[in-house]
Amino acid sequence: MNRETEKFWNRRRKTLWAVTGACLYLTVCLAAGLCISPERYGVDYQARFIAPCPEHPFGTDSMGRDMFFRSVRGLSNSIVVGILASAVSSLLALVFGVTAALKGGAADRFVNWCVDLCMGIPHLILLILISFMMGRGGLGVTVAVALTHWPELTRLVRAEVLQVRNAQYVQASCRMGKTRLQVAREHMLPQVLPVYLIGVVLLFPHAIMHEAAITFLGFGFSPEVPAIGVILSESMNHIATGKWWMAVFPGLMLLAAVMLFDVAGENLKRLLNPNSGNE
Amino acid sequence: MENREKQPVLKVEHLSISFERYDRGMKRRELELVHDLSLTVSAGEIVAVAGASGSGKSLLAHGILGILPGNARMSGTMKFCGQRLDASLQKKLRGREISFIPQSVEYLDPLMKVGKQVAGVCSHKEKRKIQEKMYQVFERYRLNPETADRYPHQLSGGMARRVLIAGAVMHRARLIVADEPTPGLQEELARETFQNFRELAEEGCGILLITHDIDLALQAADRVAMFYAGTILEIAPAGDFRKQGALRHPYSQAFLRAMPRNEFEPIEGTQPYAGNLPKGCLFRDRCPNWDEDCKGSVEMRSWRGGEVRCIHAK
Amino acid sequence: MQNSNSAVSDAGKDSSKAGQILLEARNICFRYHRKSPWVLQHVNLKIAAGERVGLVGPSGYGKTTLSKILAGYVKPVQGEVLWKGKPLALSGYCPVQMISQHPEQAVNPRWKMKKILRECWQPQDELLKRMGIEEEWMERWPVELSGGELQRFCIARVLGPETEFLLCDEISTMLDVITQAQIWKVLLKEAETRNMGMLVITHNHALAEKVCTRMIKLPELNDSSG
Repeated sequence: MNRETEKFWNRRRKTLWAVTGACLYLTVCLAAGLCISPERYGVDYQARFIAPCPEHPFGTDSMGRDMFFRSVRGLSNSIVVGILASAVSSLLALVFGVTAALKGGAADRFVNWCVDLCMGIPHLILLILISFMMGRGGLGVTVAVALTHWPELTRLVRAEVLQVRNAQYVQASCRMGKTRLQVAREHMLPQVLPVYLIGVVLLFPHAIMHEAAITFLGFGFSPEVPAIGVILSESMNHIATGKWWMAVFPGLMLLAAVMLFDVAGENLKRLLNPNSGNE
Repeated sequence: MENREKQPVLKVEHLSISFERYDRGMKRRELELVHDLSLTVSAGEIVAVAGASGSGKSLLAHGILGILPGNARMSGTMKFCGQRLDASLQKKLRGREISFIPQSVEYLDPLMKVGKQVAGVCSHKEKRKIQEKMYQVFERYRLNPETADRYPHQLSGGMARRVLIAGAVMHRARLIVADEPTPGLQEELARETFQNFRELAEEGCGILLITHDIDLALQAADRVAMFYAGTILEIAPAGDFRKQGALRHPYSQAFLRAMPRNEFEPIEGTQPYAGNLPKGCLFRDRCPNWDEDCKGSVEMRSWRGGEVRCIHAK
Repeated sequence: MQNSNSAVSDAGKDSSKAGQILLEARNICFRYHRKSPWVLQHVNLKIAAGERVGLVGPSGYGKTTLSKILAGYVKPVQGEVLWKGKPLALSGYCPVQMISQHPEQAVNPRWKMKKILRECWQPQDELLKRMGIEEEWMERWPVELSGGELQRFCIARVLGPETEFLLCDEISTMLDVITQAQIWKVLLKEAETRNMGMLVITHNHALAEKVCTRMIKLPELNDSSG
């Protein structure tokens, strides 16, 4: 029986389930979060510090707010920020990477210099700096995360495009009369796109984590807005007194989101690499 | 007089190697790339396995060394000097008594100096002894001691060739597996490489030479095994390739006819696809002498001083 | 400066119908960087229609570099390549097509075989049959085919009507002898029918003698520039 189950759960099936699971989790949280009305997680001083029970599955916090709805709403906010920031970052990465690889010369050197600059400064400090300059809050967080996650993906895109550009089949194609646009569309795109998409999938959990991190440190969303970082930051004050549910459940929800995407991304990466794709 | 029966250095019997690959969608399919392969290499003998590039000959080498990828399955038996060659024995002997000469310096670590790679992994105590041995081996192959300080990409073609051989003879190897040892080399260099192999064989080593270059194989080897569609169709002494009508299998005969220095006349058709093999004799579709009996199982048998997998061998 | 005009020696066969000079290399010099040694120096070559010139020699002396320059993949540092008297065009379908030693690098691994084959022209079934390309290979990915099968596709792909010259760079070195003979038989027939010119690079003297109408040798250049 064990061998059968092991055979069933081959890498492709695992990846399919991981990807579906991740997307499902994402959509459910997002939709649920947007649909929850503010009263559900409103302040209720009668119901402070209640441990998890059927009425309040995740318990309540110092102001009597229901943790479950607050966490879902918080994760939903984080996801919105994550999606926006990832979209902008990945677009920047695509533009920079392709330009650097195709133009070469000064453009390439400039992009490499920017990448090195961004990667040289400690990530959290850069995030805090940008968020602070943009005035904190939702906008600050989104801009900060968007502007600091493109370097790695840029390097990836640049490497892929360079590799394809110098490949023999691309040169052969040119000699057979294809224009540069045709070559770009028919040869480069199918090679670069999978790597790029996996890069984006792996970028997304980073974005959410960093958003939570800077909100936790106080440079993100303001305390009234439900956000995982805010919730976790407040819970720090109460863990010592035994109110474990205030940190564990929101933390687990964030972890689940991050890990699902990470697992999906890693499996996709293994599948698409021809050396390990058949294991 | 030998006081113990001379065991062949390598005895492969009914070896099959298959890979699990993804088919459409979620299904996995098993693809057998080597079937029912039997081969013997004795001490002091050079056996060449000749066949098209990429037809699975390298899988034989990797199977013997135990370095097949994770999704490979092996069946059949392999014996090294009489002992069963399983994963633990392979691990113990790999690099020592079973040595590998790869195709080019690209198989070496590009970031490690050549000397360190040739010397291999050794304990601190043995280090001095191994280093001395390495310089001795370098001298034997006319390599300067300074070569040890170079990186793989700094070696010229000839030096690279000799460094790879040096790596294989550092430890008293009893079996050397050489995978495509002379890709496109100039004649003198290739001849020199094979001269080195001859010397090693004379010292008692058994050498398994895997190559697609039949000309060079015939120059160096004692016996030649013809590899086709994942199995061996004939094992013949090298001299048979120079005599008219000495070869047993129709494939070997067609092979000889197709050589540029002979008639340069090919037979029709191509090797069958591994996922779509015909039942019975794999060469059936291209053979001029086939009949209904060829659809049954065809085993390897001894014939006229060699071995052949054909029921109609003359 | 070494004057490296090739030593022309007849390989025993007569030159086929002497046609117009198709491909000419004039004073080609090449090196990778300003500080690296010259790989090719003052190479001059003229090949006419119907001629099959064999370039024999060991690896590492610039034969592949020369073929890349002649096919327009690489620009020479000095000198020029002329096609029918005019400089070789760098855009559009090049009448000089190169077939290289490693077919797995010459095809896009993410394309199916039929797409690769039909990238530039639609080969007729009759040609495919002669090349030994089977119908069931069309739906396969390059990684599933062997070197010999891939090479057949690479050759069929460049035999379009606009090709007038073939550069064969060790095309059958990695193949077994029977596949080699099959491929060359078809290539020779095509070349003769269409009166194409060919430059055949190989280290196998016996093959060169069977296939070529004349042989030349790239003189052995030292590492230090002359």
